[in-house]
Amino acid sequence: MTSVGVVGAGVMGAGVAHSAALAGHEVVLVDVRPAALQAAVRRVERDCRMSRLLTGRSVDTAAVVGRITTAGSVAALGDCEIVVENVTEKWEVKRPVYAELDDACPAETIFIGNTSAIPITRLGSATNRPDRVIGVHFMNPVPMKSAVELIPGRLTSAETVKRTREFLGTMGKEPIPVKDSCGFISNRVLMLTVNEAAFLVHEGVATAAAVDEVFRNCFGHPSGPLETADLIGIDTVLYSLEVLYEHYADPKYRPCPLLREMTDAGLHGRKAGEGFFAYESAGEERG
Amino acid sequence: MTTDPRAELRSFLGSRFPQVELTDEEDIFALGFVNSLFAMELVLFVERTFGLEVPNDELTLDNFRSIKSMSELVQRQTGQAQSSQATS
Repeated sequence: MTSVGVVGAGVMGAGVAHSAALAGHEVVLVDVRPAALQAAVRRVERDCRMSRLLTGRSVDTAAVVGRITTAGSVAALGDCEIVVENVTEKWEVKRPVYAELDDACPAETIFIGNTSAIPITRLGSATNRPDRVIGVHFMNPVPMKSAVELIPGRLTSAETVKRTREFLGTMGKEPIPVKDSCGFISNRVLMLTVNEAAFLVHEGVATAAAVDEVFRNCFGHPSGPLETADLIGIDTVLYSLEVLYEHYADPKYRPCPLLREMTDAGLHGRKAGEGFFAYESAGEERG
Repeated sequence: MTTDPRAELRSFLGSRFPQVELTDEEDIFALGFVNSLFAMELVLFVERTFGLEVPNDELTLDNFRSIKSMSELVQRQTGQAQSSQATS
């Protein structure tokens, strides 16, 4: 059993907290927004309940939730051996969080950045322990996805990689090693696809349903790029494209204006009840 | 509650999949255009619309496979609620 800190109680933070608690770890979930913490705990309860439906296995919801405590500041993470950071995909948001974590946690604590695109070496530079900073790109929904991208930064130590692999193993996650590069494998490719799919809708070439139908029915993908964008979160897609655009200074990553408009309108996808498509789980994000 | 849940279920599925005409017995998971996340939405829709909480032992894909199976689930649950109210 490891004492695990999880910073950021959005969809990914809740999913990581769920997976870690399910694996028997004691979890401290931190967010500055009390409403987000409450929503995250409700999400974990709901997803534990749905486990039987989705995996055929029942989960002891009370035991899982009982291993998660919540806190409003990273000062509560002083005893954690591993911290998984899941805050908003913006460097100006992430950087101060890493500096605060560096002050709050013991020197041996490993910081795992769960980022869609920001290079891990850059995250490490915000701390005095770049050898103990590593990237793990978890996939959504975290408890249902068995593989992750594992990204050591330029200065990440072999010991950190080893301990992180062990931690992932306890959660049944298979790490796929990727060199540190903005967007890694997944989002270098996926974000371009999602962005171009959004342009098709923006330009009126096709409806969102038609775009996804081509991917599902012609290519055999289990879901289309726009349903995937809704699952990731339209805001996160936009921020990831902005990170890629800024990092590579390459216009091929210019975000489709429709993504910006949807983000501003609160149409953030599945977590908000509406994105390119409508969902029954309406209002979760605001809850 | 005595109304037939099928109409509500048909209308919900019809709004989400306007391109498909579903029969009440059709296995929606076998059609290939819904995934496990949609199964979760179905549970939330059924619970919200019919004001019930599906017990853990009823949370199986089989209960959400078709309009007919969901309708039977709703009737089982609302029937049980009514009989427990009648005896309390």
